[in-house]
Amino acid sequence: MANPLKCDLCSKPATVHLTQIVNNKVHKVDLCEACAQAKGVTDPSGFSLADLLLKASLNPESPGAGLRCERCGFSQNDFKKHGRFGCPVCYETFRGLVEPMLENMHNGIAHAGKIPHRALERKSLYDRLTKLELDLTEAIKSERYEDAARTRDEINRVKQAFTTKLAP
Amino acid sequence: MSISELIDSQSELTDTASSKTPIVLMTRVRLARNVAGFSFPGWAKSAQREEILEKLRSAVTALPQMKRGINVAIGELSELEKQILVERHLISRELSGAKSGAGVIISKDQAFSVMMNEEDHLRIQVLRSGFQLKKAWNAINDLDSALEESLDYAFSPTLGYLTACPTNLGTAMRASAMMHLPALVISNQMEKVVRAVNQLGMVVRGLFGEGSDASGSIFQISNQTTLGEAEDDLIKRLHSVLQSIVEHELNAREKLMEADSGKLFDKIGRAYGILQNSHVLSSSEAMNLLSLIRLGVDLGAFPDGSRCVIDRLFIEAQPGHLQHAQKGELEPNQRDVMRAARLRSEFANFARPDFNFSTNGKN
Repeated sequence: MANPLKCDLCSKPATVHLTQIVNNKVHKVDLCEACAQAKGVTDPSGFSLADLLLKASLNPESPGAGLRCERCGFSQNDFKKHGRFGCPVCYETFRGLVEPMLENMHNGIAHAGKIPHRALERKSLYDRLTKLELDLTEAIKSERYEDAARTRDEINRVKQAFTTKLAP
Repeated sequence: MSISELIDSQSELTDTASSKTPIVLMTRVRLARNVAGFSFPGWAKSAQREEILEKLRSAVTALPQMKRGINVAIGELSELEKQILVERHLISRELSGAKSGAGVIISKDQAFSVMMNEEDHLRIQVLRSGFQLKKAWNAINDLDSALEESLDYAFSPTLGYLTACPTNLGTAMRASAMMHLPALVISNQMEKVVRAVNQLGMVVRGLFGEGSDASGSIFQISNQTTLGEAEDDLIKRLHSVLQSIVEHELNAREKLMEADSGKLFDKIGRAYGILQNSHVLSSSEAMNLLSLIRLGVDLGAFPDGSRCVIDRLFIEAQPGHLQHAQKGELEPNQRDVMRAARLRSEFANFARPDFNFSTNGKN
């Protein structure tokens, strides 16, 4: 031990060495006696490495409460605060939160009314187009040129349907 | 069309004498819609709100129903103009207080109004005077289908139309009727009615929606739930609830007439006298007096054609409309003086009440 570890906070020689595992990630902290006392490290129940050093890099991800909508960044706490969701995708993200609410809120739990057929048709064509374009890239990459040609024809057909049937 | 032209021109609510009916003043159907791929207005950053607003505006103004209508951003409107639109039920209070990136498009006849970036991207509504639920639904359904041609609505097969608030999921439809229920109020039966209506899954509110009072004995009754039933079924259910409220009101009127028609005539006659002669009238007193005159019309004490005058005055006696007519802001006590003057002149030429109608038949 010719080169003793320095305290992460004040650079004095470290005498307290802590290892904590959060979300399958290992975090190590080395502290001097004084800093360890000040941060309450001697009381293991109240101490968290995440609180101490990793606030910026580590999102506190307790299950549910820390869930965030991937598209808009909305969290479950935001819903508790506002009573409104952030974007349409939130309804998938927070499905577990929404479903139990519906029974008390409504006269049923499944939609039985109007369906926006045109919009859905457009979306399914669009999704199909996206998939075909992926297939095409894939086929070309692996030099399956016959497949590529077939996919290209299919793409043209879908595009045609898109413009003739669904253009506003 | 400019906002002041719109305010001064004829509208569905104030000028359609033919469809005026006893008890049901007007019907309204409102749909909430959102566009897939965008955050809801309350969560969106202001740049996103502007972006979606432009998209919505071009889609809505292209509709034939909106030809020669008015298309404004809420920020372009003065406080008074916003208040007038609220009083006409063309925008909500929430929209009138909206931050940047909110707007409204109103059809020339003021029957359709599309609010943009209120709680949802779109709140599209149609107003019809009188009791015309089915017709109102058909009109808004057509408008919605036309919009769907150019907008990708946020929709889930199980949850229906996706809305910012889960209480609007499913059809995202709120259908309502504005009902004039003076006899139920006079005979202290409203509380009972509200309870019964709640149990049937409908809500009772005041004239201007949530939290507003019911001056003039005017109540707004609408469906509470939106998920689990088709629009047609919701409309049918609401229709039958409204129908039964109409019957209760008619029964209450008959009872009042049987018990003491003199007392009722006295109320109506006094209301007429005050409207013709007073010099200071608060908004709520004016509403209550007008309400009695409307009851008088329904009973046959005034000519049928005057119902439409009362309905117009229900709106024009509101603070925003009064100040617009005076071309300036007024203190509340000045407003009360102006309101009385306005009503005096309207009632100077209003037919005198004639209580010698047959009291045997209804109306």
